[in-house]
Amino acid sequence: MEIIMSILAGTLFGTGIYNLLQKQLLRIIIGTVLISNGAHLFILTMGELKRGQPPILREGVTDYVDPLPQALILTSIVISFGVTSLLLVLAYRASKENQTDNMDKMRGNEYE
Amino acid sequence: MSNLAALPIIIPLISGILLIFLHNRMTVVRILAKVLTLGNLAVVAYIAYYIYQNGTITLEAGGWQAPYGIVLVADMLSIILVLTTNLVAVAAVFYAPSSLSNKQEHFYFYTFYFLLITGVSGAFLTGDIFNLFVFYEVMLMASYALIVLGGGRIQLRESIKYVLINLFSSVLFVTTVAFLYSVVGTVNMAQLAERVGEVEQKGILTTIAILFFFVFAIKAALFPLYYWLPNSYVAPNPVVSALFGALLTKVGIYSILRVFTLIFIYDPNLQQFFIWIAGLTMLFGVIGALSTNNIKLVIAYNIIPAVGFMILGIGLFNQTAISGTVYYLVHDMIIKAALFLLVGAVAYLAGTTDLRKIKGFMHHYPVLGWLFLLATFVLAGIPPFSGFIGKLLLLQAGLASDRVIIVIIGLITSFLILLSLMRIFIQCFWGEKDNDAYTVDKQAARKFTLPVILLLFFSVVLGIGAEFFYPIAESIGKYLMNPEIYIDSVLKE
Repeated sequence: MEIIMSILAGTLFGTGIYNLLQKQLLRIIIGTVLISNGAHLFILTMGELKRGQPPILREGVTDYVDPLPQALILTSIVISFGVTSLLLVLAYRASKENQTDNMDKMRGNEYE
Repeated sequence: MSNLAALPIIIPLISGILLIFLHNRMTVVRILAKVLTLGNLAVVAYIAYYIYQNGTITLEAGGWQAPYGIVLVADMLSIILVLTTNLVAVAAVFYAPSSLSNKQEHFYFYTFYFLLITGVSGAFLTGDIFNLFVFYEVMLMASYALIVLGGGRIQLRESIKYVLINLFSSVLFVTTVAFLYSVVGTVNMAQLAERVGEVEQKGILTTIAILFFFVFAIKAALFPLYYWLPNSYVAPNPVVSALFGALLTKVGIYSILRVFTLIFIYDPNLQQFFIWIAGLTMLFGVIGALSTNNIKLVIAYNIIPAVGFMILGIGLFNQTAISGTVYYLVHDMIIKAALFLLVGAVAYLAGTTDLRKIKGFMHHYPVLGWLFLLATFVLAGIPPFSGFIGKLLLLQAGLASDRVIIVIIGLITSFLILLSLMRIFIQCFWGEKDNDAYTVDKQAARKFTLPVILLLFFSVVLGIGAEFFYPIAESIGKYLMNPEIYIDSVLKE
């Protein structure tokens, strides 16, 4: 199970980085979403996947899922959600002001 | 008393939130922001004094004991950096009203400013590596808002790149923490330090260490990952540039300092690697500073060689070098803020940032001119100013460990830093009176100079009072070289 999840996370990273290297702003943003989701899956996998066990340690419970990765993911998801929404608004405004969504044309070489 | 450790985070956080509600009364907000910043500085100064007297404070949040809960660790290093942060913040808050437009102030500048201080202080104080990531995000979120405040064409364009590069490095940060967690099963820094020493597979740990270095190097703008920095630091308002230049890259350096003196200690290959990176960072940064005619860009590029000097200290890894890094870190935070504010004032008064179009400033604004010259000397490290003492310690440590090439690179870099700033001084301040190019506004100039004088005063004190400050830096160096002290104070075993 861990192996499959790791490969999935790796695929998400790969496609994310491919999109990150594109010129269109929206594709770049989709790329960032993909890699952050890859990272979240990766954190979950790192805490060992056990199906059907609660993340609670009580008396009598011997088998439990590590709760820490779940707490970390929750934090990380909230942060990436916030940043993505900010990035979308920013990209919208930037493409309006600069009248292009092509990163090649937004290079800014007026000082060169 | 351990609750004291949380105050430098909580005060700016509450202040920031409070100011949202008052946002229609700009006069109140301005006064309140100044009062709250000064109050925070006073509190932090008291905490620093307390720690100086009584030693490290650890706060276990919610009463959860050290390896399980989140801890805040206020040791001498953290609190000195938080103190310097607040000093820079005071200068920025007094400079802000004259530099920002009313509209920019109205759109929650002070709120984001306080949240930035929250994030930076939190990153300095936390004792938990995932929490470090969270405070990085708090700081970055505030910085995203600040960099785009005003929303001009260039600003929007540069902030897109700034957000993207930081987002990418944050994702990498979180992934690296996950890696580390899977290997050692903890995120508490003290416990990490203990367990990393016991792990047998050193290969995977070296990979993780390099990944951490990569993440922090993006934030700290080391060679070859500094390319995003200069343009995005020039785009926003000078106050924001000053805050960024003084604080954000230094948080990256602090993280490297902490992680590589506490958790991943002493790997000779890594050491060699750091020293090479330091040399290249210095050279390329200073070449960048000489390559441009934009006065703001010159200062932005000057951040990079300074970062190189600090990494050099971490690479040399002995007590003198680490003390030198700490000294240089504090010196650089203050002087970079002062320089950004000064150049911001020059650009504002002249109406342009092109140094070929500005001349004869000395006739109209003599105080500004002399302050700029003083700041130049401090930054370049002319004795007896603080830059000299930091560099002296670092280069001494370099010579002591027979690394002559890096010492030569360091000396050449200092000389070129002086040259890059003297270019601005000679071009902008000397020369004939030029009455047509700009209107002389002495009133505005006076408002700009006051915060700069404050910063330069502390900078000069740091240099001339080295007799007093050096023992503190030395004790921090000694403390960082012995990670057991940190581990004991957190885990209390």
